[in-house]
Amino acid sequence: MSSTTAPAEPASRARPNNDGGGFRQTLAKWDFKASPYLYIAPFFILFGIFGLAPLIYTAWVAVHDWHIIGGQGDFVGLDNFTAILGQAMFWKSVFNTISIFLIATIPQLLAAIFIAAALDNNLRAGTFWRMGVLLPFVAAPVAVAIIFSNLFGNEFGLINNILQSIGLDPIRWTGELSSHVAIATMVNFRWTGYNALILLAGMQAIPRDLYEAATIDGAGRMRQFFSVTIPMLRPTIIFVVITSTIGGLQVFDEAKMFGGGGGGGGGIGGADGQWKTITLFLWEVGWRQSNLGRSAAIAWLLFLLIVLIGALNFFITRRISSSGGKR
Amino acid sequence: MSATSVIEETADVVPTPGARKPGFSPRRKASRSYGEGRRAGWLTYAVLGLVIVISAFPFYWSIVVGSWTNQIIYSSDITLTVGPNLWDSITRVLSADINFAAATLNSIIVSATTSLSVVLFSTLAGFSFAKLKFRGANALLIAVIATMAVPTQLGIVPLYLLMGELDLQGNLLAVILPGLVTAFGVFWMTQYLREGLPDELIDAARVDGASMIKTFWHVALPAARPAAAMLFLFTFVGSWTNFFWPYVILDNRNGTLPVALQGLQSQYYTDFPLILTGALLSTLPLLIMFVFVGKQLVSGIMAGAVKG
Repeated sequence: MSSTTAPAEPASRARPNNDGGGFRQTLAKWDFKASPYLYIAPFFILFGIFGLAPLIYTAWVAVHDWHIIGGQGDFVGLDNFTAILGQAMFWKSVFNTISIFLIATIPQLLAAIFIAAALDNNLRAGTFWRMGVLLPFVAAPVAVAIIFSNLFGNEFGLINNILQSIGLDPIRWTGELSSHVAIATMVNFRWTGYNALILLAGMQAIPRDLYEAATIDGAGRMRQFFSVTIPMLRPTIIFVVITSTIGGLQVFDEAKMFGGGGGGGGGIGGADGQWKTITLFLWEVGWRQSNLGRSAAIAWLLFLLIVLIGALNFFITRRISSSGGKR
Repeated sequence: MSATSVIEETADVVPTPGARKPGFSPRRKASRSYGEGRRAGWLTYAVLGLVIVISAFPFYWSIVVGSWTNQIIYSSDITLTVGPNLWDSITRVLSADINFAAATLNSIIVSATTSLSVVLFSTLAGFSFAKLKFRGANALLIAVIATMAVPTQLGIVPLYLLMGELDLQGNLLAVILPGLVTAFGVFWMTQYLREGLPDELIDAARVDGASMIKTFWHVALPAARPAAAMLFLFTFVGSWTNFFWPYVILDNRNGTLPVALQGLQSQYYTDFPLILTGALLSTLPLLIMFVFVGKQLVSGIMAGAVKG
C-alpha cells in the first residue's frame, strides 16, 4: 500500500529491474514534466486561434473602417460606435432584445420552478417524465421557429383559428409586442424543461430534514415551498438566471426565421424592425450592408449590455431570494 | 412500489456507474431520502402530463401540416388529424433541388467530428488540470472558466475574416475548426476527473512503469467514460442545432441542416407542408437519438447543474 501512494518517481528508482539505464530515467523525468503541458496544448492552441484571438481582434476591427469587399480601411477611432449609437434602429433592437428577453425569462423561470417542484416528488416512471420535459431541447431553434411561425400565422395560423373559434379577435402576430410574445414562446419552448431539470437537481440537494423540521413546525406544502425550497434554491436560481441572460440577449435564430422568408420583412426582423434583435442587427450591418467595422462595434455593445444586465440580475436575484429566508 | 422506484430513481440521478465516487453529486446521496408525504398526487401527474403534451405538440403539428396540402392549411377550420399526404411531403423534401440529403450528411460530419474532438481534447486537458501538477495550472484553468461567459458572437466578425484568410469561406471546415474545442468541455472533464478518478489508480500505473500517455489511455480515459459520453451528447446536440455561424460562413447550397432549412423557408415560404416536414425531418435524427439516450441526457443536465 505504501508503495502505491508514494510519488511515482522515487518508486521507480527503487526498482532497478524496471529502468533501462540513465536514458530511460531522463525520459521518464521529461515525460513527467512535459506531459501536463502537452495535454493542455491542443486545447489552448485551437482555442487560442479560433476562440480567443477573434475575441481580441474584434476590438481592432471595431475601430477601423472595414468592409467585406474592400477589407481593412482607415483607423476611425470610435466613429463606428458613435455611428451605431446614433442609429434609431440600434436602440430599437436594444428595446426589442430586452423586451423579448423579459417576456421569455420571467415566465420561463416561474414555469421551470413549478415543473421542477412537480418532478421533485416520488413519481412513478420518473425517468419518463423527465425525458418528456426535456424533449424540446433536441429540436433546433430554426426548426422550432419554422413550426411556431406557422402556429402564430396572422391568417390561418392555428392559434388565431382557435381564438376566432371561441369568438375572440385574431391577433396580428407581426406587430411590435405581439411578435415579441411569439418569439419568446419559441425560446421558452426549447429551454423551460432544460432549466426545470437544473432546478430539480438543486431541489434534490436540499437536505430533507429541513422539510421534516418544517412539517413539525406545522408548515404546509405551500409554506414549505416558499420558506424552505425557494431560499435554499437561491444559488441554482442565480445560475439559471445568469445563463438565460447570456443566451436570451443573443437571440438570433428565432428572430431571423420568424415571419418567413417572403415579404413582410421576414429575415430582417420585420418591415419596421418590430422584432429585430441586436444580434440580427449585427448580422444585417455586417453581411447585408457589408460593414464589418460597425458590426464588430455592435458586438462590443452587445457584450457590454450582457455584462450590465448580468450584473444587475445577479444583485436583484440575491436581494429577492435572501429576503425570503436565511441560509 | 417504493423500494423498486427508489432504486430506479437513484440509479437515474447518480450519473456515474463506472466510477468509484459518484462524481458530480456526492451531496445527493447523503441528503436524499424519500420521506412520506412527498408522494405525487393525481394533480402532479395532470400538470406533468400537460407539460409533455405541450412539449410534443409542435412535433405533432408539423406532422399534421405535412400530411395535408396547402389548401387545407388555408382554411379557418381547425385540423388536428393526420392527412394522406405525409409521404408526398417527405419525398418532396428529399427531392434533389433542395439538397436536404447533402445537408444531413454535412450535419452528421460536423457534429460527429466536433463531438469526438471536444471529448478527446477536453479529457486530455481535464486529466492534466485535475490530476497532474504543473506551474500555472490554476491561472490557466481560471482563464478557461472566465471565457465561458463571453458570448461567441463577439468574435464572429474576426472569425469570418480569418476564414477568408484561410480560404475556407463556404467550406465545411470553417464550421468544424472553431468547434473542435470548447471551454465548457475542459471545465466539465476537469470537474469530473477530480473526483471520478482516484489518485491511487494513477500512482499505481506510474509505479508499474507506465508512461504518462499510457496512464491517460488505460486509466484516465476509461474512468472518464460516463462524463465523456455526456459531453459527447451535449456537443452533438449543440452543433446539430447551431445556426448563426454556419449561416454566416456557408452558403445555402452547401449548408448544415439549419442552414438548409432557412433556405427552404425563404424559397418556399408559402409551401407549409414542405417546410414543416423539412423542420421535422431535420430534427428526426436527434429525436431518435433522444429515445435511446434521453435518460443520460437528463442525468447529464442534472449533474452539470452548478451550485452557483
